[in-house]
Amino acid sequence: MPLVSPAKVEIVQFETVEEQALYKKLINELRCLVCQNQNLADSNAELAIDLRRKVKGLITEGSTYDDVVDYMVSRYGDFVMYRPPFNQSTIFLWLSPAVLLVLTFSVVIFRRRSAMDQNVSSNFDQSQHAKVRELLKDTKDQN
Amino acid sequence: MNRYLWPLVIFVGVSLLLWRGLSLNPREIPSALIDKPAPTFSLPTLHQPELAISRDTLKGKVWVLNVWASWCVACLHEHPIISQLSGKIDLVGLNYKDTRSEAIKWLEQNGNPYNVSAFDQAGDVGIDYGVYGVPETFVIDQVGKIRYKHIGPVTQEDLDGKLIPAIAEIRDSGSKG
Repeated sequence: MPLVSPAKVEIVQFETVEEQALYKKLINELRCLVCQNQNLADSNAELAIDLRRKVKGLITEGSTYDDVVDYMVSRYGDFVMYRPPFNQSTIFLWLSPAVLLVLTFSVVIFRRRSAMDQNVSSNFDQSQHAKVRELLKDTKDQN
Repeated sequence: MNRYLWPLVIFVGVSLLLWRGLSLNPREIPSALIDKPAPTFSLPTLHQPELAISRDTLKGKVWVLNVWASWCVACLHEHPIISQLSGKIDLVGLNYKDTRSEAIKWLEQNGNPYNVSAFDQAGDVGIDYGVYGVPETFVIDQVGKIRYKHIGPVTQEDLDGKLIPAIAEIRDSGSKG
């Protein structure tokens, strides 16, 4: 979340509500490349203004969401998208939370199990067992 | 042994990742345009508005497109370096979001290394080339493919170590594919 209030953005009018909604969605999802931690909607950098104008132009010409995204990605790369697409170079990024989760659970389960195993199979050998039995018998007798 | 070793292994792993992160430059965005055809454009030249220059004007040659502007401070730093390419290769300037008078004045003051500069007042060609920080430098091959891109000012090391070798390689090998 931006700490400062969003910059004043020029008012853009479209003929239909759908186009307006598409514009709003796109400028919220596309990154301003100059000020990298802002999207197009938040930024008043020169490039952001130009790119907003471009998005508006493309929508007015009848472009769909995918058309505009393709247009931007083919020029600026995946980086222009705030939500990175799922592909070869981002597979680690997308899968790492799941992998970490599975890994953590397996470690926890594995350790539990080995702890339980240790309780059952003690390291005592036969003669030590006998000794323990003997000792236990003594305590019983005392009672 | 495991119990004490694992935190250390994780610590070293995370440290290495973070260490690598420190040495990455977040401004260096890999260009989506490398090995793709350079976007076509047709723009008036800076000095003669009635003359147009397009991508295909330079077809068959290896050439350098250098994006610059008179308002761009880093361009001034880069200027003497880029000027070393003058005469060695076709060097085309893309004057980006500038005014004609300011741009011409800037070239008069600092010297004009460009064969010609295209005048992109609206910045549309800049968007087509994925320009987000001026200066940027592209090397375009004989068939009009972008083969190398440098973002930000070119330093002497960049010129000697990257740009000139890249140009030499493209000239030697001809075009890929």
